[in-house]
Amino acid sequence: MTRIAAYGTILLGCLYFIMPMIGMAEFSLSMRRGVYSLDAYRVVLADPQFQATFTYSLVMALFTIIFGVLLVVPTAYWVQLKMPKLRPVVEFVTLLPLVIPAIVVVFGYIRLYNTSGWLPMTGSVMGTNILLMFGYATLALPYMYRAVDTGLRTIDVATLTEAAQSLGAGWLRIMATLILPNVLGAVLSGAFLTLAIVIGEFTMAALLDRPAFGPYMQILGANKAYEPAALAVIAFAITWACMGLIQMVSRLSKHKRA
Amino acid sequence: MAFLDLAHLDKSYGANHVVKDFNLAIEKGEFVSLLGPSGCGKTTVLRMVGGFEVPSAGTIHIDGQDVTSLKSNQRNIGMVFQAYALFPNLTVAQNVAFGLKVAGVSKAETAERVTEMLSLIGLADLGNRYPFQLSGGQQQRVALARALAVRPKVLLLDEPLSALDAKIRASLRREIRSIQQRLGITTIFVTHDQEEALSMSDRVVVMSGGRADQIGTPHQVYNRPATRFVASFVGTLNTFDATVTDPATGTVRLGDSTVVLNRPVEAASGAAITLALRPESATLGAGNPGDVTLMGRITEVQFLGAIIRITADLGGHDLTLDTFNRAATPPPHIGEEVTISLPPDGLVALVA
Repeated sequence: MTRIAAYGTILLGCLYFIMPMIGMAEFSLSMRRGVYSLDAYRVVLADPQFQATFTYSLVMALFTIIFGVLLVVPTAYWVQLKMPKLRPVVEFVTLLPLVIPAIVVVFGYIRLYNTSGWLPMTGSVMGTNILLMFGYATLALPYMYRAVDTGLRTIDVATLTEAAQSLGAGWLRIMATLILPNVLGAVLSGAFLTLAIVIGEFTMAALLDRPAFGPYMQILGANKAYEPAALAVIAFAITWACMGLIQMVSRLSKHKRA
Repeated sequence: MAFLDLAHLDKSYGANHVVKDFNLAIEKGEFVSLLGPSGCGKTTVLRMVGGFEVPSAGTIHIDGQDVTSLKSNQRNIGMVFQAYALFPNLTVAQNVAFGLKVAGVSKAETAERVTEMLSLIGLADLGNRYPFQLSGGQQQRVALARALAVRPKVLLLDEPLSALDAKIRASLRREIRSIQQRLGITTIFVTHDQEEALSMSDRVVVMSGGRADQIGTPHQVYNRPATRFVASFVGTLNTFDATVTDPATGTVRLGDSTVVLNRPVEAASGAAITLALRPESATLGAGNPGDVTLMGRITEVQFLGAIIRITADLGGHDLTLDTFNRAATPPPHIGEEVTISLPPDGLVALVA
C-alpha cells in the first residue's frame, strides 16, 4: 500500500512538472489550424530580432564567462591556498546575489554609474554593455564560485602549488597549466550555468535597455500567441543542452578515475 | 663554508617558537636525515630550505649563495612530498618534463632527460600513464624522477615513504639511497622513523623542541646518544641511576658495583646521573672481566625470529636485553634466575 502511495506521489509530481511542458510544446506546434507544424519555430527563427538578440546574449554570456573565470578561479585558489580563514566570508559574499534581487542591483548600478555619476558608464553603449556584463557576472557568481571551489577541493592545491614552485614555476604558469586544467570540469559547469542564466535574464537587460534575448522574449510574449511558446521550448532546449554538456565534459576528463 | 649551510635558523608563528637557533652544515653529496617526533620542527627546517617558509632569523646558503630571501622557484631545489603531489592532469612523462619545460630546456633534450629519469626509477614503459593509474610506490618514484630531472643542487625529501606500506617502504628506501649515491646529490630527508634515518643517512640530526639535540653518524647517534631525548627516541634503552665518583676517568657507582667507563663524564663528583644501555649490549651469563654483573629473574621472553628479547627483573628494576637466536641454545624460561653482564663500553652516561 505504502509502495503504491509512493509511486502515486512520484507520478503526480512528474505530471505536475511535465504536463505544462507538454501543453506548451503542443501549443507551439499548433500555429496552423488542424495540423501540427513547425510554423511558429520558423517564424521565430526567421525573425531578425530573434537572431540579433540571441547573438547579443550569446556574446554577452561569452564575455561574462571569461570575466567570471578570471575573477573566480584565482580568488577561490587564493582563498584556499593562503586565506582559508576567509572562506566563510567569501562564501557569504558570493551568495549575496541570491538574496539581493537583480532589480536592486541594477538600480544600484544606474544610480552609481549614470551620466551624472562619478563614472558615467551608462553614457555610452559600450559602457552599458560592460555594466550589464558585470551584472550578469554578479548573478552567476554563486554558481560559478561554488562549482570552482568544489573542483579545487578535490585536489591538494597547497602541495601541488609547492611542487610546481620547487620545479621553478611562477604563479601564472601554475594557474594556467595546473590549477585551471584540474578544475576545468568545474569551470565548464560554472560556464554553462552562466550561459543559461544570461540567456534567460530579463530584469537587468531591460532596465539597462540592452537588446538582449530576455526582453525580446517578453515583448514577443506580450504580442504574439504561438511564437512565445516556441521560444520557450527553444530556451528549454538550450538549458538542457547546457546541462547535457556539463555531464559530458565531466565524463570526458581523461586524467580522472572513471 | 659547507655546500648547504644553515646558520642560526629561527622560526616562530606568533607565540609558537617552532625552530630555535638551528645550525647545520651539509657537505656536497651528503645524505642527512632530520629525525624527530611530530612537532619537533624538522619539516619546518626543510620547508625553510625549500623556500616555502621564511625564517624569522638566520641564513641559508646553497653552494656559497645566500638564498634566504629567494623564492622557492628561484632556488633550484628538488622536493618530494609525502602525498606524492604528482600533477593529476599530466602524464608520467609530462610530470617529469614539467621542470625542464619551465627552465626552457629544448624539446629534444627534455625527451632525452625524461627517458633517462624514467629508466633510472625503473618505469621506462609507464611514461604515458596518468598518476591515478599508478600504485603509491610508483607515484613516489615518479615524484623522485620529476624532482631529479631538473638537476637540482639540493634534494629535499619530506617523509616520502610514510604513506607507503612496509614492504614497498623498505625497497624504496634502498632505491632512493642508491640513486642518491649514484647521482651524488646533496639530500635532506625528513622522517620520524628511526630505522629509515639510521639505514639511509650519512649523518642524522635528531631534533626535539625545535633544536638539534645531536648531529652525528647513525653509529654515533645510536651508540653514543648525546642527550636523554636522543637516547630514548632512537632505539630501545635501559636506564640506571648512578653516582659519579671520578668524572675524569668516568668512574661511577652503579648499585654495589663500581664501573669505569674510561671516558670522562661531564658531571661533578657525587652527582647523580643516568646510565643508559642498549638491549643488545647486555649479555646473559658471566661476561668479560670488568663487566658489571647483576642478578635477575626472567619475566618475559619474546621470540622475534633472529632476535630473542628478554625482560628481567633486577629487584624491582626491569632490564631488556636482546640475544641472537641460536638453534642449539633454547631461550631461557620465565622465572629462571640468571646472571646478566653489562659491559662498561656499552654504558652511556646521560647528563643532559
